[in-house]
Amino acid sequence: MATSPDLVPTPAQTPADPLLDVRDLHVEFRTRDGVAKAVNGVNYTVHAGETLAVLGESGSGKSVTAQAIMGILDTPPGFVTRGQVLFQGRDLLTMSAEERRKVRGARIAMIFQDALSALNPVLTVGEQLGEMFRVHRGASRKEARAKAIELMDRVRIPAARDRVRDYPHQFSGGMRQRVMIAMAMALEPDLIIADEPTTALDVTVQAQVMDLLAELQREFTMGLILITHDLGVVADVADKIAVMYAGRIVETAPVHDIYRAPAHPYTRGLLRSIPRLDRKGRELYAIKGLPPSLLHIPPGCPFHPRCAQARGRELCRSDLPALLPVVGGRASACHFWKETLGDDNAAADRAGA
Amino acid sequence: MTTTPRPTAPEPEAPAGGAGREPILQVRGLVKHFPLTQGIVFKKQVGAVKAVDGVGFDLFAGETLGIVGESGCGKSTVAKLIAHLERPTAGRILYKGQDITDLSGRALKAVRRNIQMVFQDPYTSLNPRMTVGDIIGEPFDIHPEVAPKGDRRRRVQELLDVVGLNPEYINRYPHQFSGGQRQRIGIARGLALRPEVIVADEPVSALDVSVQAQVINLMARLQDEFGLSYVFIAHDLSIVRHISDRVAVMYLGKVVEIGPDAAIYEHPTHPYTQALLSAVPVPDPAARQYSGGPPGGASGGPPGGARGRIILVGDVPSPANPPSGCHFRTRCWKARERCALEEPPLTVPPEFRATAGPAEHPSACHYAQERLVVPGE
Repeated sequence: MATSPDLVPTPAQTPADPLLDVRDLHVEFRTRDGVAKAVNGVNYTVHAGETLAVLGESGSGKSVTAQAIMGILDTPPGFVTRGQVLFQGRDLLTMSAEERRKVRGARIAMIFQDALSALNPVLTVGEQLGEMFRVHRGASRKEARAKAIELMDRVRIPAARDRVRDYPHQFSGGMRQRVMIAMAMALEPDLIIADEPTTALDVTVQAQVMDLLAELQREFTMGLILITHDLGVVADVADKIAVMYAGRIVETAPVHDIYRAPAHPYTRGLLRSIPRLDRKGRELYAIKGLPPSLLHIPPGCPFHPRCAQARGRELCRSDLPALLPVVGGRASACHFWKETLGDDNAAADRAGA
Repeated sequence: MTTTPRPTAPEPEAPAGGAGREPILQVRGLVKHFPLTQGIVFKKQVGAVKAVDGVGFDLFAGETLGIVGESGCGKSTVAKLIAHLERPTAGRILYKGQDITDLSGRALKAVRRNIQMVFQDPYTSLNPRMTVGDIIGEPFDIHPEVAPKGDRRRRVQELLDVVGLNPEYINRYPHQFSGGQRQRIGIARGLALRPEVIVADEPVSALDVSVQAQVINLMARLQDEFGLSYVFIAHDLSIVRHISDRVAVMYLGKVVEIGPDAAIYEHPTHPYTQALLSAVPVPDPAARQYSGGPPGGASGGPPGGARGRIILVGDVPSPANPPSGCHFRTRCWKARERCALEEPPLTVPPEFRATAGPAEHPSACHYAQERLVVPGE
């Protein structure tokens, strides 16, 4: 099984090529109330050993994009209507279900937010971890158990030999998330998609789990897509960031640049609106209004009704800004990105002077 | 810093502190044990979950007391005890000097009018079959003296306006609103009776970042407008710092450290507070802390990173069977024999007494030490 052709990278693949290349992905949900356009032309790439953080609020399409990549979208109502997902040069979306199943889990694995509902409550964690080896590698029951113990040791679950027979509910939240990570790591995939891996955890446990994930990623030079709404976690682990709003990427940038000077008003609003541990201000900056309904995305720039910079300009209301390169390997989907970037640079200069 | 620490950090068991102000709410030695039973017909108690195990603090008029801690530390139980939704096993709650712990009937109703609660989950704390007008107006049914019947609709519309919702939405149902708007409805309901104290249990945890800021700003504005006192409970340390004047840190049913926000955040002396603060990711890549950096970048550096981060090992012990002595000792890197034998009291540690510095605040640790964990600006 390990020698099946789909597991061998295509000859055209070179180290400089991205591991994953998502091109113009569109996903819609056909509901009774109408068509919800959840993802509207997303492009991003992840290289081996790189961490891409996908940042966005609920309904921004960040999780749906991941589900489309993994091929676990609920169809119906969800449909991928356009686009390509190139993994090691091959389009996942045109693969047969059989081929795709071999990629999923073995080459691309996913870590879910809520480990308690992602794990099967009536199987022991040992059985669930071992299943990876039994299904993908044809291991025997005994081999699978030995592998499961080894994995649990690797994610530092204490007393793995005893706990392998425990059920998910017998673990604490942090330990369950470790089981999820062990399961994702089982077949040493090239890419891991972590959907809000620490959102349900307490800060001290969150720190342990993020540390473990970062360590394993380095050890195996995996690509990592980290989906989150937490700007703090992103700043800690990401190499580059893609900010999503209403099913589109509005800004991509290396992590340092985006925090210093965002090039899209939405990113800027988000950064300003979070309270900081090391600062105390009287009033928080708040982005006015609410994210749009995906059934009725505003025409023009989807962010214009909430934008502090649109100021009623006609261009923002009529033309959808494309995600275009700006400066220094960054891209912004704002007609007036120069103003956004300029403002902050000027402000930083003033503060520095 | 924009705020200066108050001259005297109030001792939790002492009568009062803080520039001669009367505390509006005093909590003394509050205990809540939930019994663990065995058997169906003949239930016998086999133990107790010590959710709250001796908590004391003061709340002054017009201030915000933040309570932080991890899940299971008892912070939500404290909220319920203050709002009289649960009866304490032991301990006293004083409202303006009057003991309200054992009140019932009419007297309790009168006190409850002044202590209102805002809940965490705006999706489950609003009745889906009631209109917004009915939800916000319901407190008036219980306390008709606040608003006469004919006046209620106008009062509800006023409240909607105060919390930034369109007064015309009075006949809509909760499902027609977004999460942030629902939390505004919850706040409007809390405000209806013009209370003096609002106990907010994780009021913004369920909300998105951009909406969270709107609700926090609203709460700050309402506090100024109506002179409210808040007990603000959250697990997000950044938000608590933003809104609070004083902060209490809880661990396994006890307050381990309490003081003005600058003292707690910039001069923590309890190891748990230090670990908790250092674990919070700061949205600034310059302060990166995880050992896994970009390949060839920060990798290989010390696991502590630039911020000297403390990673606690293990999980919080079960509150049904807390460790002896200091509850934190099982996860503490400083723990010695004394910690298992003697429970550290929540007082100003002797080495910081009469130093008049920001480290002079109550901290329940035998080996309290100042340690900077939050990078300054």
